Amino acid sequence: MKIKDIYELPDCRFLVKGDPEREISRVFCCDLLSIAMSKAPAGGVWVTVMGNKNTLAVASLTDTACIVLAEGVSLDDSTLAKAEEEGIAVAATELPVFDMALQIYKAGDL
Amino acid sequence: MSEALTFNYKIDGDDFTRAGEASSSVKNKLKQLGLDSDIIRKVAIAMYEGEINMVIHADGGSITVTVSDSDITMVLADHGPGIPDIEKAMQEGYSTARPEVRSLGFGAGMGLPNMKKYTDEMHIDTVIGQGTTITMKVHI
Ligand SMILES: Nc1ncnc2c1ncn2[C@@H]1O[C@H](COP(=O)(O)OP(=O)(O)O)[C@@H](O)[C@H]1O
Ligand SMILES: [Mg+2]
Repeated sequence: MKIKDIYELPDCRFLVKGDPEREISRVFCCDLLSIAMSKAPAGGVWVTVMGNKNTLAVASLTDTACIVLAEGVSLDDSTLAKAEEEGIAVAATELPVFDMALQIYKAGDL
Repeated sequence: MSEALTFNYKIDGDDFTRAGEASSSVKNKLKQLGLDSDIIRKVAIAMYEGEINMVIHADGGSITVTVSDSDITMVLADHGPGIPDIEKAMQEGYSTARPEVRSLGFGAGMGLPNMKKYTDEMHIDTVIGQGTTITMKVHI
């Protein structure tokens, strides 16, 4: 599955497109940054309700391909600009973490 | 590379918006040096945890990273309160982080254990009321 395949999912909208051709490794869910820091898979889609600058720092350090913000959480414009710069995709959804992660998992056969 | 490369960073206390910048910068430099991605990931995780600890527990400090042919050494020095009981602090889940800090996703008490787990050597030097110096090495 590639990043562009998540663009199609009806329940999430992309705030930063990232690299459409980047291959996705796994879906990962976690809201504690120290745990995400050690467990987030490289090339993964990380679904979380934690939307702040540190979310992006952790994503960048772990080589996460895409951050999905659940439960209507958002990121401020400067953090989104930084994500753009670093080539990390960012999407947002109103759905809870599990429901969103499951949709991506099913869509991607991961 | 034969001569060791050194990178220095100053870390501001209580500035969460910038926490992680030094680790990001080191990560990018190691990438440019063409180091193995597993090694880069270990260094990035360990240094980020140390950097965050300096911000939330010690009002900032300084980090020196040295890259030689055989290893990457990170020295994180602060003038914070020191760590009264290292053994306790090293336990997974132990944290004295304030509630505001926890609400940002920190304070899981996994930082020091992660630093230990992802490095080949780790040494903590701490004096109550004077500060803490943590030295970590990742073999290449
Ligand atoms: N540089 C430091 N200066 C003073 N205390 C520290 C420092 N680093 C860690 N500690 C202490 O060790 C505890 C455990 O650290 P850590 O495992 O990183 O968990 P957390 O940062 O989530 O609390 C901290 O809550 C704090 O009491
Ligand atoms: Mg910590």
